[in-house]
Amino acid sequence: MTELLLRDVTVRLGGREIVRGVSARVQPQEWVALVGPNGAGKTTLIRAIAGLVPFAGSISLAGRPTRELRRAELARLLAVVPQEPATPPWMTVAEYVLLGRTPHLGTFAAEGRRDREAAAAALARLDLLDYRERRLETLSGGEKQRVVVARALAQEARIVLLDEPTASLDIGHQQQALELLDALRAEPGLTLVAAMHDLTVSAQYADRVLLLDGGRIAAEGLPHEVLTEETIARHYGASIDVVPVGGGLAVVPRRTRGRRSRGQTSDVSTLDQAGV
Amino acid sequence: MGVAAVESTDVRARGLSPLWVLGAVAFLLVSLVIGVLVGPIELGIGSVLESAAARLHIPGATTSLTPTEEAILWEIRVPRVVLAALVGGMLALAGATYQGVFRNPLADPYLLGIAAGAGLGATLAIAYLPEGLRGQRALPAAAFVGGALAVFMTYAVGRSARRERDAATLVLAGVTVAAFFTAWQTFVQQQNAETLQQVYTWILGNIPSTGWSDVILVLPYVAAAAVVILALRRVVDVLSLGDDEAASLGVDVRRVRLALVIAATLGTAAVVAVSGLIGFVGIIVPHAIRLLTGVGYRALLPLSVILGAGFLVLADVIARTALSPAELPLGVVTAFLGAPFFAIVLRSTRVGP
Repeated sequence: MTELLLRDVTVRLGGREIVRGVSARVQPQEWVALVGPNGAGKTTLIRAIAGLVPFAGSISLAGRPTRELRRAELARLLAVVPQEPATPPWMTVAEYVLLGRTPHLGTFAAEGRRDREAAAAALARLDLLDYRERRLETLSGGEKQRVVVARALAQEARIVLLDEPTASLDIGHQQQALELLDALRAEPGLTLVAAMHDLTVSAQYADRVLLLDGGRIAAEGLPHEVLTEETIARHYGASIDVVPVGGGLAVVPRRTRGRRSRGQTSDVSTLDQAGV
Repeated sequence: MGVAAVESTDVRARGLSPLWVLGAVAFLLVSLVIGVLVGPIELGIGSVLESAAARLHIPGATTSLTPTEEAILWEIRVPRVVLAALVGGMLALAGATYQGVFRNPLADPYLLGIAAGAGLGATLAIAYLPEGLRGQRALPAAAFVGGALAVFMTYAVGRSARRERDAATLVLAGVTVAAFFTAWQTFVQQQNAETLQQVYTWILGNIPSTGWSDVILVLPYVAAAAVVILALRRVVDVLSLGDDEAASLGVDVRRVRLALVIAATLGTAAVVAVSGLIGFVGIIVPHAIRLLTGVGYRALLPLSVILGAGFLVLADVIARTALSPAELPLGVVTAFLGAPFFAIVLRSTRVGP
């Protein structure tokens, strides 16, 4: 059974096609990384799946077209971890995670026992129970990231969309966050679709990689199939080496000039030529 | 991690703490009592209670007040205090609501052009209506129509913009409409210089001593607005995450925002129609509560109603006694009292809004 099915999805914003005819299939408990250069349409594709921008084509979750779902129904199936989540400074961790219960509540309802239990379970899963009375403003970047994931978990959705989930984290916290997300695939059994800009990390964690360029799918497949020197050179305009490490691969930028050379003046002239 | 361990751990939002509710209600009650007792004619608390008991047909209770004092108490003082409470509660609630809906700490009840529209309506009524018509009914009606019209125009202008989903567009539209209505009002005012004093008095706000008629006029709007807003108070917390995140949590952002804005706006327009423009309450009261308690909207909104009501009752007592028998404009008192109080609160707290 397919968890998420995109058929010929096109998103037009301000007269421009940002996403063009994307078709894709995501299996239950799979981790799919969306990669691609800046402006490739990763965030817009995520917003289309989340029902936040209008799109042409069709998107189905667990066999149901999202267009036919009410907002709350959609939010019970799918949670979003945005790139820069709003974390109101005055809010406590408990209050924030309880907001994840919104799609399960009526418009006028307050949280009940079942909702508090779900929030407690989500906090426990992320080792955050002791933080529940803390204000968000007192948390570090890594702690905030965990709290945002806890909110998505409290939502009890089947699919979680993540937009650059580790963009603001140092390498240690990045690793913790990624291991945690990976563990959530086994229990409670989440399916993950994540826009990621770190290609090495994508290769390490994702089952499959979907490379977007100019709004289209440029390549798709297992990490080692997509992340080749040639593909990355073509779509990122980057000169890199792909090196096998452990069971996976690492994408390493290749210096074209010597380490000690000062490239500043020539950088400026390159910008001039590009008309910037 | 056993299930029992999770169940025994209480994960709750900070709701209304009993202490704060008790404190707020006590403040309101004290304000109401002061409001009823203080005035040019002193009424003792004992005789007021006796009179109230007699009115409630409590056996054996008789009033010791003269018929004139009875009339002052029940036809002037009590309705004025009740009206002040309704106006203050509504302004504070509307301010807190706008701040939440537009995610803007500087939003006030007059944000979408109500003040300018109501001001124009009142100015037109004062300048062009014949003396006899101008009195009790026409001025509030004109102010209400003007305020509602301005907000309607704000919506129309905001929606016609390409980026209609953006809350900031609506605020900009409000600024535009307000500027236009204010210019029109100033023009009418300059043409009719003799109305200046009256218009000015209205703009600075006052609670009228008109008996129960204004209370009856305002009460349905304030009650309806309060019911809608308080019922949606949890959703206002969700809205503080921004439109996209609220939508991805299943909230129909546009519909909820529209419901909240309509409720806050109609309530404010009704209140402005009888009391004129009383500034500061809608900003100061919610922020003072936020700074002192640090709570979210689900607790802030109800507390704003209670404390806003108490605050304006006290401000009105000062407005009618400070220069007695003359009355100070209420807007002057709210700013004069509110600004230093707020400065103290700002200085003595570290918790940001």
